[in-house]
Amino acid sequence: MYRSHVLICGGTGCTSSGSAQVIDALEKELKKNDLENEIKVIRTGCFGLCALGPIMVVYPEGAFYSMVRPEDIPEIVSEHLLKGRIVKRLLYQETVEADTIKTLDNTDFYRKQMRVALKNCGVIDPENINEYIAYDGYQALGKVLTEMTPAQVIDTIKASGLRGRGGAGFPTGLKWSFAAKYDNDQKYVCCNADEGDPGAFMDRSILEGDPNVLIEAMAIAGYAIGASQGYVYIRAEYPIAVKRLSIAIKEAREMGFLGKDIFGSGFDFDLDIRLGSGAFVCGEETALMTSIEGHRGEPRPRPPFPAEKGLFQKPSVLNNVETYANIPQIILRGAEWFASIGTEKSKGTKVFALGGKINNTGLVEVPMGTTLRTIVEEIGGGIPNGKKFKAAQTGGPSGGCIPAEHLDVPIDYDNLIAIGSMMGSGGLIVMDEDTCMVDIAKFFLEFTVDESCGKCTPCRIGTKRMYELLDKISKGKARMEDLDQLDKLAHYIKENSLCGLGQTAPNPVLSTIRYFRDEYVAHIKDKRCPAGVCKELMNYYIDETKCKGCTLCARNCPVGAISGNVKEPHIINRSKCIKCGACMEKCKFGAIEKH
Amino acid sequence: MVNIKINGMPYTVPEGISILDAAKQNGIDIPTLCYLRDINEIGACRICVVEVKGARSLVAACVYPVNEGMEIITNSEKIHESRKMTLELILSNHEKSCLFCVRSGSCELQKLAQEYGLDDPMAWAGEQNRYEIDESAVHMWRNNNKCILCRRCSAVCAKTQAVGVIGANNRGFKTHIGQAFELDLAEVPCVSCGQCITVCPVGAIGEKDDGPKVTAAIRDPEKFVCVQTAPSVRATLGEEFGLPVGTNVEGKMAAALRRLGFDKVFDTDFGADLTIMEEANELVERVKNGGKLPMITSCSPGWINFCEMYYPDMLENLSSCKSPQQMFGGILKTYYAEKAGIDPKKIVSVSVMPCTAKKYEIGRADQSAAGVPDLDISITTRELARMIRRAGIDFANLPEEKFDSPLGIGSGAGHIFGATGGVMEAALRTAAEWITGQPGAPLEFHEVRGTEGVKEASYKLGDLEVKVAVTSGLVNARKVLDAVKNGEKDYTFIEVMACPGGCVNGGGQPYQPASVRNFTDLKALRAKALYDEDAGMELRRSHENPAIKKLYEEFLEKPGSHVAHKVLHTTYKPRKRYDIKEK
Repeated sequence: MYRSHVLICGGTGCTSSGSAQVIDALEKELKKNDLENEIKVIRTGCFGLCALGPIMVVYPEGAFYSMVRPEDIPEIVSEHLLKGRIVKRLLYQETVEADTIKTLDNTDFYRKQMRVALKNCGVIDPENINEYIAYDGYQALGKVLTEMTPAQVIDTIKASGLRGRGGAGFPTGLKWSFAAKYDNDQKYVCCNADEGDPGAFMDRSILEGDPNVLIEAMAIAGYAIGASQGYVYIRAEYPIAVKRLSIAIKEAREMGFLGKDIFGSGFDFDLDIRLGSGAFVCGEETALMTSIEGHRGEPRPRPPFPAEKGLFQKPSVLNNVETYANIPQIILRGAEWFASIGTEKSKGTKVFALGGKINNTGLVEVPMGTTLRTIVEEIGGGIPNGKKFKAAQTGGPSGGCIPAEHLDVPIDYDNLIAIGSMMGSGGLIVMDEDTCMVDIAKFFLEFTVDESCGKCTPCRIGTKRMYELLDKISKGKARMEDLDQLDKLAHYIKENSLCGLGQTAPNPVLSTIRYFRDEYVAHIKDKRCPAGVCKELMNYYIDETKCKGCTLCARNCPVGAISGNVKEPHIINRSKCIKCGACMEKCKFGAIEKH
Repeated sequence: MVNIKINGMPYTVPEGISILDAAKQNGIDIPTLCYLRDINEIGACRICVVEVKGARSLVAACVYPVNEGMEIITNSEKIHESRKMTLELILSNHEKSCLFCVRSGSCELQKLAQEYGLDDPMAWAGEQNRYEIDESAVHMWRNNNKCILCRRCSAVCAKTQAVGVIGANNRGFKTHIGQAFELDLAEVPCVSCGQCITVCPVGAIGEKDDGPKVTAAIRDPEKFVCVQTAPSVRATLGEEFGLPVGTNVEGKMAAALRRLGFDKVFDTDFGADLTIMEEANELVERVKNGGKLPMITSCSPGWINFCEMYYPDMLENLSSCKSPQQMFGGILKTYYAEKAGIDPKKIVSVSVMPCTAKKYEIGRADQSAAGVPDLDISITTRELARMIRRAGIDFANLPEEKFDSPLGIGSGAGHIFGATGGVMEAALRTAAEWITGQPGAPLEFHEVRGTEGVKEASYKLGDLEVKVAVTSGLVNARKVLDAVKNGEKDYTFIEVMACPGGCVNGGGQPYQPASVRNFTDLKALRAKALYDEDAGMELRRSHENPAIKKLYEEFLEKPGSHVAHKVLHTTYKPRKRYDIKEK
């Protein structure tokens, strides 16, 4: 028995902010104080509040330390772990109250969240299958194999209303029922853990924090459709996820949750990992399967659909990690429970990766139907530096930008489509008034041009031409006809592309034109970037009345574009200026302006 | 069968066929670029898009199956605009040097650009990719600046030929066809078959044009220029001049060659008959003396390249006979040179072949019977057609002429070398008589005819049971060879042709657009021209060819003799596929 448990986040976010060093320091300090048999250190998965990492939680008190550095460890050990005095100075400040501490569930960040897919993340040790089992792990698989027929499993998933969390939101139960329908000596269950949307990392966090849930869910899917083999397609850039899933698969095999005759039911199922090289298009289901088969990851025409001829031309089911993470709880708690969460056509919860101009960068899981305002203002803690909300981008390169006027729309699959965006895998990037929407559209198109597989003409050449038109606009070189051309091209690409990547690639452009057309027009007609982002369209000026002639700007200009005598107003030579903004940053008198 | 509507008209078509086929069956053409039946069914170029009622977006007719009640529109404003934009986008990244392009006139992209009324050369103008032209290989060049990434070349290389040395590299706008690690074509195990050239819809791949070398030789008064033409060329050359596929133009071809100024116009059929003499003898010897079996034919240089690089452990199975082209060249510069009193060094030995691998073959070691190379220049059917056009010869109105003697005499057995199964049948015609010792043995062996990729038969010749296999297209060769290696099959004699259907469908044969290839059996039509000619001939067995008989009497003594070995046989060496050195 340990008297205290210390949970330290070992997810990618906290690992990159130094949690490994913190764990190291803690273990040394505990040893020094002869506490290693009294206090257990557990490296968990992601807590979600990545902005405040590395995160450390001490139980039984539930003290939530944030931004912990190795230097803080001796104090935490000697004060808290030895003497029982919580080091309030180092706690997440929102949990600190005058004489006590608030539990996490009562903080703004967590209060409106509902953790289903992320249930075990930050709670258990992902490298120890016993901890998963202790949290009801593999009970759902046991129930399915001993009490349910495959058809009953599919009916349950159908009744739950679960829809694919990877992008298009196809009903999961329906997908399974298609694959179940085809008789074949071999079928496959696949998991898309390729997660290519810039900024999205929920699948990674589940794999890092709760890998067994994926194994259990895939085995259930295998039983439901009649498959004996599964493949998890993970990008190789996710080393921690790959390592933890590999450990989990090994442990699950040893425990008999994978392999022959699982739970003595006669059902055989095994799982292997296939590494991807991080191509965005490999998130498209047929491209993913082509890649698993060992070929260049390119999409194939559909039909035939994967349910009929998928991986190796066999009936296959593909879901993403977050979708699978819901399955065991649907089985254990029932379809009605799941269907009671969310909106009419979008059931359950959705994990969002909150990023951009927002205070609480991190992972949040909310019931479907939560408004964007709740996510941004309450959970996300609002926008830094008192700036104004301008738009939120969802759905990554396939999605669109949602303007402030739609902040109160309940977020679900259908509402997002209606307002010109999409759920995608759940990336949610917040933009403030300093963001130029033309620039944002250009950013996403640049990504698509780079990530197009190059197979079909509209996507290969069309997106490149769209990018070039956007580039022209952002440089003030476009005419109004170019905007019409851009629009025409966007619709053509949507209609004519081979796969979902191309069909959705124009969305960031179309949605920004829809909501921020005047910004485009300002770039084209007035040769002006209202947000002051597009470099070609703005210049730096020194206000003579404010300039004190301190020479700081001139000394910091990397290209020597600023001249002037000491204590006299300086001037910027526009032909030399590279618009880096260093001068403006350094000026203590607010004398430098850009417009 | 299902009921569908196309452009409002009801039709009944087989369930599951593509929209493209359903339309074609009912007289509606849908344009294609990337689609090649059974080879490249990837729906990539998007030129064939059509509207399907209820579908989320436009669908690719080439790969989309029809089902009951489907309503399809192939000819609306929207479709027109979409196809036009697709063409404009392709052209925006295409080197538009159409005036000088070898494919001008036979270019599938050019034809579509005209049909769809493209009128703005600057439409969607933007960055264009620029690539160096790969001229490293002996037989061909690749120019990515004209490539439209239809992938027909890489599909035929991988799927038809099981070679797969070219494919898509990089991605997005930077996608291009290339070799592994961006090596040059000459540094990868390309077998030189040229199938990629024949399927390219544009001018991105072509054979190295050796026509000018031939013209220069003809114009050199010091040179004695002799030409030989492969069996299959007479069955295809007419296509270059607008004649229907499968027209035999042997007489006009001989007339054209003479008008081009060749000193002698000979026939590779003679070399084919000679090959049969040597190969049939070699087979009988191997069977009698317990030599390595199965014996495998060695006429196809693409196949020889494949065997040396991919099946080096089976080189001993290869017949040691040179190919008909090389045997012919060897005899030309030894026997014929002496008889005609010409210094072999003054002879320029030219061949017209259905084949690009022949350009490689003429440079092989151990192919110089007279101490100088047996062959000097090898051109393809396409290059000959170009020479004929350039010389202002009105091909269609030429008289029918004969080849020169004696190396212009060939048997029907020699003719059918141009089709898959032809070498086998020719060999069987001779072997049957030799083994049974009786004239009048069977003449036609129908089991080995036809365009299937693998054909098998078993014949009783005297006391001997001969089990044969005939295969064409290297992917099929691979199947047969693997079965032999695994011990699943036990053949006496195997014919392998690198190109599917044999030489009539060789990599040097006339272009036919996908709109023809996808709906016509080119291989069968072209082969028929050869079999028809054979059927009408008196002389149908190689060993009955009087010129061949005389050659043995005067020079070679008997098949397999010492001198025959010196002039007509060769050796093979294993070759590395990728010879990558640390840099």
